Amino acid sequence: MAMLQESEPLEGTLLPEPFIVSKVRRETRDTFTLEMEPLNGGEKHFTPGQFNMIYVYGVGEVPISISGDPVEPSILKHTVRAVGTVTRAITSVKRGGMLGVRGPFGSGWPLKEAEGYDVVVVAGGLGLAPLRPAILHLLRNRERYGRVAILYGARTPMDMLYKKELERWRARFDIDLDVTVDHATGGWKGNVGVVTTLIPGLKIDVPNTVALVCGPEIMMRFTVRELNKLGIPDERIYISMERNMKCAVGFCGHCQFGPQFICRDGPVFRYDVIRPFFQVREV
Amino acid sequence: MGKLNIGDKVILSPQGLQQLIKTLWEEGYTVIGPRLGDGAIVYGEVRSIEDLPEGWGDEQEAGRYRLRRRGDKALFGYNLGPDSWKRFLHPPRILLWKAEKTPKGFRITHNGHEAPRYAFLGVRACELHAIRIQDKVFLQGRYKDPIYMSRRANTLIITVNCTEAGRTCFCASMGTGPKAHEGFDISLTEVTGDEHYFLAEVGSERGSEILERIEYRAAARDEVSEAEERVSRAAESMGRSLQTEGLKELLYQNYEHPRWDEVAERCLTCGNCTLVCPTCFCTTVEEVTSLDGGSSERWRVWDSCFSLQFSYIHGGSVRASPKSRYRQWLTHKLATWQDQFGEIGCVGCGRCITWCPVGIDITEEVKAIRENAVKKV
Ligand SMILES: Cc1cc2nc3c(=O)[nH]c(=O)nc-3n(C[C@H](O)[C@H](O)[C@H](O)COP(=O)(O)OP(=O)(O)OC[C@H]3O[C@@H](n4cnc5c(N)ncnc54)[C@H](O)[C@@H]3O)c2cc1C
Ligand code: SF4
Ligand code: SF4
Repeated sequence: MAMLQESEPLEGTLLPEPFIVSKVRRETRDTFTLEMEPLNGGEKHFTPGQFNMIYVYGVGEVPISISGDPVEPSILKHTVRAVGTVTRAITSVKRGGMLGVRGPFGSGWPLKEAEGYDVVVVAGGLGLAPLRPAILHLLRNRERYGRVAILYGARTPMDMLYKKELERWRARFDIDLDVTVDHATGGWKGNVGVVTTLIPGLKIDVPNTVALVCGPEIMMRFTVRELNKLGIPDERIYISMERNMKCAVGFCGHCQFGPQFICRDGPVFRYDVIRPFFQVREV
Repeated sequence: MGKLNIGDKVILSPQGLQQLIKTLWEEGYTVIGPRLGDGAIVYGEVRSIEDLPEGWGDEQEAGRYRLRRRGDKALFGYNLGPDSWKRFLHPPRILLWKAEKTPKGFRITHNGHEAPRYAFLGVRACELHAIRIQDKVFLQGRYKDPIYMSRRANTLIITVNCTEAGRTCFCASMGTGPKAHEGFDISLTEVTGDEHYFLAEVGSERGSEILERIEYRAAARDEVSEAEERVSRAAESMGRSLQTEGLKELLYQNYEHPRWDEVAERCLTCGNCTLVCPTCFCTTVEEVTSLDGGSSERWRVWDSCFSLQFSYIHGGSVRASPKSRYRQWLTHKLATWQDQFGEIGCVGCGRCITWCPVGIDITEEVKAIRENAVKKV
């Protein structure tokens, strides 16, 4: 008789843990921030920049960055834009509903390496979500860094995330926050134009600056170019990449970007490491 | 006879091989080996030597495969068919887990996997390398694939060295064959002619235990050299070759080579090459929900970088053009794989050449890029 044995357990790699949604906040027309707590208790420690795989029963699973506070590991926060099947299902879950979570996965922002440097954070659209934990860390440990500047661009004033928080950050004297929109609507009196237009005006010590960038790929492309123009070398620019992802543990092959697996080696990369591939179309 | 040690060589008759198969089944192994099926040699359950493709060989060329009668009684006289052992270690479809709906949400109900105990009979040297390459993918990174791990740990490997190379083979230039040097439990070389016998080499403790339970006799020196002679003849009769020197640099520097456009004109992006390749490992997941929504299953299924879906992110596919998809496949196999796993991801088995419906040949594509490279390497 051929024998069958039990295989290794899937926990820790392929099996989601149940989380209960404890709070849902609408950010924009199609974007929601969810707070969740583990059904079975415990904490999810993470490094700013990392992501989780979020599973909806009967629908599917997608990668979503962690946007919560790294010193609050008992509450998991995700900001999700409803763009398709799974993200629509995630954003339809009500308080008390259940989601599956695997993670955290991937690399984080270089917050340790950036100590002693000026830090520029450039976010486009939803790109502010994975940067939020990094910003919270910078603010909490303000004395470890030089000047801190945050540039945030959204399509319209209606598309801005974390509006109340942005107000609070703007009120602080120890950081520079600059916000711009592509199209002004309503009573918008602020900057109009893409986020890269704010870069030349940065008040920073260029030779001593680290930049953290996240947004649509095209936005990151132009941002790197502007930061270079200012004199910030590729070695001190970090970007967060997005690719199709099915497993997040390096098995499914979908997230390959040249030699990199974005799920494992990224999503945050030092720009010079991926530059050769970033410059080729359709890698 | 006394105890067999690793490295010992003995002779098995076809009857000895029959006993070997029987013993493996008795030991609780499911023996998988070559069988005739669907107009090709495929891998399936083998319960006796009667199941092996006696007297069958094949003719292969780019885009062409045909079985032929050999005119002898060779049991392993074929080259590779479309199947590879990844079908068993990394199945085309496997249930990851199952959940059922509860008032609060869902509950995982099934998360155990049966890990069969396979004995692979007839693994070629290049295929053994392919298994080692997949070991690196699934077992030697930060995360270990529990499904692959269990199957792999249970598997006993009996290699059969090639004594003839196929027209699309190029293992010799990849350094992966035609002789298996390590990583097997038992290695066989088949010698046909006046006397039909197998030279068996012990590769592991497990292998020696199995061999000790069947009839064998000591190998005479000329029997050993005859078998080795036949294997080296295979090395000299490779239908193709691939120059691996500087290959990574060559491909890294030639992302924009005109040859990619040219091959894209021919490539159907059917993905056959990725399915037959013994090292290709990509998968996707499917959520299969019962009609009433009461239960849901997560299945992992083979996927191919040739599909548009594969690289889809909101707004469109990253690799929209066929050119970028063929380039991804070939560059991954031969270049980026080296940075990811420390070696080339191709073992030179030639399957992708044989089973490409339009006969695209990986060795020819590399040659064309090399001849006309942006930068010669
Ligand atoms: C590292 C990382 C972090 C991310 N962080 C966030 C975040 O914080 N908030 C947020 O709203 N979105 C985030 N995304 C994008 C999010 O994963 C996609 O919007 C989501 O996968 C779309 O799935 P869907 O089923 O709703 O869309 P559909 O268009 O129905 O997608 C079909 C399938 O394509 C794949 N897919 C589509 N778009 C993407 C994409 N952009 N990235 C990866 N796979 C995709 C998915 O596998 C999906 O199941 C992140 C993506 C990555 C890779
Ligand atoms: S790329 Fe082709 S020749 Fe190389 S291992 Fe895969 S199928 Fe075989
Ligand atoms: S190279 Fe051949 S087998 Fe591979 S996708 Fe193209 S047509 Fe199909």
